[in-house]
Amino acid sequence: MTIPTLQVEDLETHFPTRDGIVRAVDGVSFDVAEGEILGLVGESGSGKSITGFSILGLIDPPGRIAGGRVLFKGEDITSASPERMRSLRGSRIAMIFQDPMMTLNPVLRVDTQMIETVQAHEKVSEAAARARAVETLKAVGIAAPEERLLAYPHQLSGGMRQRIAIATALLHSPDLIIADEPTTALDVTIQGQILYEMRKLCRDTGTALIWITHDLSVVAGLADRIMVMYAGKIVETGPVATVIERPQHPYTRGLIGSVPGVLPRGKRLFQIPGMTPAPLNLPPGCRFKTRCSRADTLCDTLPELVELHPNHSVRCHHPHDARPLTPTESAA
Amino acid sequence: MSDAALPAAPAKTESPLKRIWQEFAESRLALLGLAMLVIFLIAAVFAPFLVPQNPYDLANLDILDARLPPGEISGTGLTFLLGSDGQGRDMLSAMLYGLRISLFVGVTAVALALAIGALAGLLAAYVGGRVETVIMRIVDIQLSFPAILVALILLAVLGNGVDKVIIALVAVQWAYFARAARGAALVERNKEYVEAARCLGLSRTRLLLRHLLPNCMPPLIVIATVDIARSITLEATLSFLGLGVPVTEPSLGMLIANGFDYLLSGVYWISLFPGVLLTLVIIAINLVGDQLRDVLNPRLKR
Amino acid sequence: MQAALVVAVMSVLVFAGIYMIGDPLAILASPEATELDREQIARALGLDRPVWEQYLRFVGSAFGGDFGKSFVFGQPAMKLVLERMPATLELAITATVMAVLIGVPLGLYAGLRHETTAARTIMAGSVLGFSLPNFWVGLMLIMIFAVQLGWLPASGRGQTVEVLGLHLSIFTANGWKHIILPAITLGLSKCALIIRLARATAREVMLMDFVKFARAKGLNEKRIIGVHILKNIMVPITTVTGLELGALIAFAVITETIFSWPGMGKLLIDSIVQLDRPVVVAYLIIVVLLLVIINLVVDILYSVLDPRVRLGNAK
Repeated sequence: MTIPTLQVEDLETHFPTRDGIVRAVDGVSFDVAEGEILGLVGESGSGKSITGFSILGLIDPPGRIAGGRVLFKGEDITSASPERMRSLRGSRIAMIFQDPMMTLNPVLRVDTQMIETVQAHEKVSEAAARARAVETLKAVGIAAPEERLLAYPHQLSGGMRQRIAIATALLHSPDLIIADEPTTALDVTIQGQILYEMRKLCRDTGTALIWITHDLSVVAGLADRIMVMYAGKIVETGPVATVIERPQHPYTRGLIGSVPGVLPRGKRLFQIPGMTPAPLNLPPGCRFKTRCSRADTLCDTLPELVELHPNHSVRCHHPHDARPLTPTESAA
Repeated sequence: MSDAALPAAPAKTESPLKRIWQEFAESRLALLGLAMLVIFLIAAVFAPFLVPQNPYDLANLDILDARLPPGEISGTGLTFLLGSDGQGRDMLSAMLYGLRISLFVGVTAVALALAIGALAGLLAAYVGGRVETVIMRIVDIQLSFPAILVALILLAVLGNGVDKVIIALVAVQWAYFARAARGAALVERNKEYVEAARCLGLSRTRLLLRHLLPNCMPPLIVIATVDIARSITLEATLSFLGLGVPVTEPSLGMLIANGFDYLLSGVYWISLFPGVLLTLVIIAINLVGDQLRDVLNPRLKR
Repeated sequence: MQAALVVAVMSVLVFAGIYMIGDPLAILASPEATELDREQIARALGLDRPVWEQYLRFVGSAFGGDFGKSFVFGQPAMKLVLERMPATLELAITATVMAVLIGVPLGLYAGLRHETTAARTIMAGSVLGFSLPNFWVGLMLIMIFAVQLGWLPASGRGQTVEVLGLHLSIFTANGWKHIILPAITLGLSKCALIIRLARATAREVMLMDFVKFARAKGLNEKRIIGVHILKNIMVPITTVTGLELGALIAFAVITETIFSWPGMGKLLIDSIVQLDRPVVVAYLIIVVLLLVIINLVVDILYSVLDPRVRLGNAK
């Protein structure tokens, strides 16, 4: 059994604020195997993006990784030197951000920004770097790549910019790509295309992928495994098929239930009542209890992550299979 | 920045002035600036009682006392704490009197420029149309000119004198206020209270003066504070060039100019001390102005 | 165009204003001149004509490039001003370049590492920089460096070298010794301004996503700062610097007076004091033209530096 590409152990990322410490990531552990596609799902404020940034060591002060560690192919990168991290970023672990308009520097040309990525990690000539950029652009389905390279970011469409961002991530054939809501800002049709291409790329190259999103339906067709986060903690994780078909955590059920198209026509769209609790005002015990129709006094203690079925774990005192919803409780 | 403890949540009836003061007081530097200004103001206002000698009374001056270094004693037994100038004036006295003039000119000029500019800007914004275009064109042309040139030419035409300096300064500054007032008014006039006031049938002037103007004040106050510093500097510069206040009632700038001639022979105190005082005044105003800007900036509301 | 209107308005105002400055005859004619002599001088200079006629004659000859002769020097006013223009421009441009070269790195540093003592010192220094009265700085510099230490000359311009038909002094070592103090005096408050601007912009840019993305790509800090961040702050800095250049040329009036720098500014002051109208008018016209040109150049530069402006949006 090969070492998993990524092992996250009890990761805690904290942000000190005037009014207290925000535990954006509060004890998160998971593995990503070689070539595996993991869908990391959660609302805004769940800590999913911060998890991604923490892995790459891109947390801006005063935020910091307060506990746990991250192992990349067995190497502890949470305690790695800044120079070591820099050499890993962009070459072995790459990241794709949400809004390509803001991630590409508006005053520099596309080729400048791609060539510098190549040359940051390898001593190659500019011509060789340019050639590689062209190759990678072709691989993500961009026509006439030489011309695209000469453009400035604002001259290109959103979908094109995101493809460039993806291409940039692929320049050094990384072992792991972390994609933070890369299609949220794009049209649905483009979204579909990019999802398809990403999946194909990862399958072909054996690259592991963490796809962070708030939209469960997006990863349903893409990922191998799904991990659901809520208020800084993992509440459910398992193979995509079982999580989608037999979700255990009330929150996951709510997410699935609120996706249009899942329910039979005519039935009211389900909405999870309430809002994510403010990070400084987390209720003691299970964090979801204020919005959960199944909560009782047992939920005043924090549930542990328990493996209910093979590889399928849930953090809940009342997972679905243990106590199926009665017809009155069920909304889906 | 100081880590002042958060003020307790204000009661609903707390006046905005109090809140402004509280936020202002969070910066120690700004408080220092304010303290300095208060000291300078007191010194300037009470100068006649504080100084050992009246520098404008020519009868007091003895040419034999001229250019004595700091600490020397004059013929009449007076100690020149900061030395004496080319006419035998005690530097300290001359400086305090000069401070008076500088502050007076600066504040008056800005007050007038504020009044004229604000009215012009409000008028332009509220009335709109041709009136607005004409006013703003004039403002634009005025602003594209370096202030010092305009002032120079005006003073060359008008001649020396405190009142003429003030006129020149007002002419140079009003455009800033006009532009800012117009900008603020454009934003405010779309707000509901203007509509409400109009529905109540208030006359235009009343609306402008009693309703619109107070709400446009914050940016104008910020500009005014900085402008006082600019005016004082400008007046000093003009006096230095010989075009400002008359020679017999020197402002700080003129004092510095007087000292210029003696600089090369090592007589430094005539230029040095007034300059230090001038700089301190400007720094104090800038410190206060900076903090005021942060406090009054609606976009920084926490 | 607005520029033409400005020039026209200016010329009227200037002429009207200058006309009222006392009586040039009193200065030009010696006190012993008889009434007849005065009349002769007046006629020669065209001063005996009614105002509006003088103005029209002025405008007429102005279009032909003739702004009249200086009362004091007897030479064409425009020629006098133009002769001295290179000296002023040299001073203004040197001051600007110095301000930028010193101000941008300092401001950038203060923005990127804004919590450090060094950054705070820089900011405190910048407050001092624009609070210090321009002319006083000049005097103090003379006092320290020329009088007390004797390192640098207190006045005048250094040796010049002819470059492209212009006499410039920055290419000689002696020229440098003479230009340093005036340039510092002139450029100090601009430098402070640039520091504050660079810091504010750097702090904004620093937080933008593309900086984070650049880090995620594994670029080293030097490149991130030196290329990505720097290029983004240069846009506002160039526009502000460009626009301030006009003001700088005007402020040179003071610096030139203090350091006896033989530029247009000193000429202006002398002319005002001596009521040499044609020269004053010529000076103002030149300055207006310079301002207009500078504004145009800044506009062009802005579109060069910001590709979003230059190329427009495709989608």
